[in-house]
Amino acid sequence: MTAQADDELWSAIADPSRRHVLDLLISNGEVSASWLAGRVPFSRQAVSKHLVVLERTGLISRRKQGKEVLYQVQAGRLDQATRAMAELAADWDRRLNAIKRLAEAAHAQEKKDRQS
Amino acid sequence: MPGLVIDRDILIEAPVDVVWRTITEPEQMSQWFADRVELVIEPGAHGYMGFGDQGGPVVVEVVDRPKRFSFRWNHPRGEEPVPGNSMLVEFTLTQEGDERTRLRVVESGHELCDWPDAEKQRYADEHSDGWVEFLDRLAGVAAGR
Repeated sequence: MTAQADDELWSAIADPSRRHVLDLLISNGEVSASWLAGRVPFSRQAVSKHLVVLERTGLISRRKQGKEVLYQVQAGRLDQATRAMAELAADWDRRLNAIKRLAEAAHAQEKKDRQS
Repeated sequence: MPGLVIDRDILIEAPVDVVWRTITEPEQMSQWFADRVELVIEPGAHGYMGFGDQGGPVVVEVVDRPKRFSFRWNHPRGEEPVPGNSMLVEFTLTQEGDERTRLRVVESGHELCDWPDAEKQRYADEHSDGWVEFLDRLAGVAAGR
């Protein structure tokens, strides 16, 4: 993913309301905007705005069925997003573990130096 | 609108001052962060972090020994890191005993950087757990569960 695509993705899913919408799509498959609006504590207009943002990042797609527009999650893109996020978190876990090893070794050495 | 937030912490069996030196001394930083670290630990100081052939500028924000240390970077883009184009890395050290320290790191994306501190704290308090849960949930979907 490019840095810019990353930025859009982070912004899209860091917002709690959008995460709520995405969560409902994950759990319920293909649904309409009005169905979603009946299940969230914010307005139908807000739902529509969130859907536009999510669609722009490729996390969801839509298709027309009769008069209705149905939305669903794009599993491939979601998987890509998950892995990118997990990698960033894992980077920090690796760094924190390295800090822990260094600090504990330095502390043990200082204690030894004090005793001798 | 908030950007990316990563919030991790670890318990270290060492006094807070030892942990502080580990995260702020450039020769120590080069063992856990970048390959090459050129940095003076003073608020507003400009430095450089190198990762192999790549690297970029870093700007120190908060130095509150031994409790808080933060810097801004925007690797790998290499532009001057200012609010609006960079990630803010904030370390918080909390003493949990004579020889025990909790180290927390929050890396936040650029939209969040423009928020007032109180807002940012409120967001972090409310959503750090939610973020992790959401990650787990995404991982579950990705694994076909």
